[in-house]
Amino acid sequence: MSDIYVHGLEWTVKELFTYPNEFIYWSVQIVMYPYMTGLVAGAFVLSSLYHVFGQEDLKDMARFALVFSLALLPVATMPLLMHLQQPFRALNPMFTPHFTSAIAAFGIVFSTYGMIVLSEIWFVYRTYFVEQYLALQGKTGAANTLRRLVYAIFTLGAFDTSEAAVAKDHKAVKILAGVGIPVACFLHGYAGFIFGSVKANALWMSPLMPVIFIMSAVVSGIALCMVTYIVIMEFKKFQATLARGRGDESVQIIGGVETDVIRKASRYLLGFMVAAISLELLDLIFRGYTAMKSWDILRSVMYGKDFINIFVLQYGIGNLLPFFMLLIGRTTIRKTAIACLLVLFGVFMMRWNVVIGGQAFSLSFAGYMHYKLPIIPHNIETFKEGLFGALTVAVTPFVIFYVLNKFVPAMNYGTNGAKLSNN
Amino acid sequence: MSCSRRDFLRRSIKGGIAASLPLSAFKFLSPAQAKSLVRESGLRWVFLVDTTKCVGCGLCVKACKLENEVPYDVPVTRTWVERYVVTKDGKFHADSPMGGRDGFTEQKIDEQEIPPEEIAKAFFVPKLCNQCENPACVQVCPVGATFQTPEGVVLVDRTWCIGCAYCIMACPYGARFFHPVYRVAEKCTFCYHRISKGMKTACVQACPFGARQIGNFKDENDPVTKTILTQRVAVLKDEYGTKPQVYYIGLDSNVR
Repeated sequence: MSDIYVHGLEWTVKELFTYPNEFIYWSVQIVMYPYMTGLVAGAFVLSSLYHVFGQEDLKDMARFALVFSLALLPVATMPLLMHLQQPFRALNPMFTPHFTSAIAAFGIVFSTYGMIVLSEIWFVYRTYFVEQYLALQGKTGAANTLRRLVYAIFTLGAFDTSEAAVAKDHKAVKILAGVGIPVACFLHGYAGFIFGSVKANALWMSPLMPVIFIMSAVVSGIALCMVTYIVIMEFKKFQATLARGRGDESVQIIGGVETDVIRKASRYLLGFMVAAISLELLDLIFRGYTAMKSWDILRSVMYGKDFINIFVLQYGIGNLLPFFMLLIGRTTIRKTAIACLLVLFGVFMMRWNVVIGGQAFSLSFAGYMHYKLPIIPHNIETFKEGLFGALTVAVTPFVIFYVLNKFVPAMNYGTNGAKLSNN
Repeated sequence: MSCSRRDFLRRSIKGGIAASLPLSAFKFLSPAQAKSLVRESGLRWVFLVDTTKCVGCGLCVKACKLENEVPYDVPVTRTWVERYVVTKDGKFHADSPMGGRDGFTEQKIDEQEIPPEEIAKAFFVPKLCNQCENPACVQVCPVGATFQTPEGVVLVDRTWCIGCAYCIMACPYGARFFHPVYRVAEKCTFCYHRISKGMKTACVQACPFGARQIGNFKDENDPVTKTILTQRVAVLKDEYGTKPQVYYIGLDSNVR
């Protein structure tokens, strides 16, 4: 028997009376998992607000959010793979799903949702694929031939761009976006159920958990889309300024569109934030009021050991501060961007406080466990379940988005009224 | 033969439905239905711990680790012994260093020296998997790698466990952990490989004081069954609805 490795021993600091087998088994990757699925679901809901409910003001954001949600999609499974002790068995739940388990249907829910997002994007961009294919037809060179081939595959052989066909596309998008909302909410509410149904964990067990997760998911999704949108638009403005000078009309147009979209999107962000915070506070108040057996230890964790994490970082800096930043005063791009980043941080801290906070106390209710995030990895486990593993997960969607954007432009295409294209 | 895409899709759907009809002739059984078709086992393993007999020597933990190949020098263990010290002010102190493997030779509990004159009572509580009648760990396993045998023992299939730790999270007793070598969920099996051959579990055999006993609850002449039925026994954490099957004599309200 060689290569002995006690999972959790390296990053768990125990205090007072804990059982010998207790460690932080669900570490930073399980914080990343609901965070990433939340972003996926949130981005999709944002795009659906336009496609289904016809919120015209979100039109520019909608397409962007949709492509971004596709970029986030594969990343939602990454933290799970990095967390599994047997990652090569990751598909076993698909082979022998044990449906009494909340995790068993993850693959099914996830792939259903993935198919919806993919087909919706296909319907939104089909005309574009055909246009690109036709435009590249006469051109020579290996790169053009390859691009043409890619677009030919993307069209799936549907080259009909007649008015009737395009109308059908629109109808399909609407239906898919409509079906997508409940599925996206289910995907994430489901992540909440995974935690909320663990009866052994006093902090997690709550029927409110799925709803809380959905609301904070939408909040984080909108915030991330807004931040990314701002960064890209600022970059475009910068490019236009470089090319044509500060006073150029295109710079003004870009700036105008940006401010407009951001102002409208932040209204939705505020609405969902109110819902998310109310539910979380309701949960907290209810626990304190009913004061069940576990309340003593929960209180000592929430108001004592994790006070900074919960009340300062999550509720203070992550919720209240950005809430008032968005609510009060004039909307400026910089202020909104900072507020959105704070919101993203707040939602991350909420996930952290649920996942890590739920393991901060022993099942004996008489001891504590502290999670020491591994920073410098010295083996594969401390990489996977450490800072760099989490960062890998956080960076990947942007890399995927960059590649996706080459073929499925999230911004330039179809912004009627203000065509910002420089191609 | 011409076949437009629309026709192709239409035929595929029809074909799919036609093919699935014969499949519906098969009946899907719920786990409970399937279980009832299997011959009812005449066995239900239960465990009896007499805490009044335990002296905290740790021989059971040693024997378990050796028998079940859980690395000796790691804190994780299939069975462990807890020490409780209740002081005269009503407060309790507890510990289980290395699962109590080496006995309790230190006076200190959690770095804290408790003067003997302040102690109101002190006792040891051996713990192991409760082999629950309604096991939360089996419920949450996404792949069915952990299961309950007809004799009531919960086992783990090491070749199929994906190592997600959901079962570890779901167990209110902290009985589960990751095996340091196989990297899959690990737990006490009541020494299934031994009891199935008519032997005692390693811990029962190692206990010099008879604090641990294993029996068949379906055999009314079994001494363990008799004790459980006729004496005042208790189980741990019954509020979780798991219906634990390890019974304790002399349990205290301080026991966690």
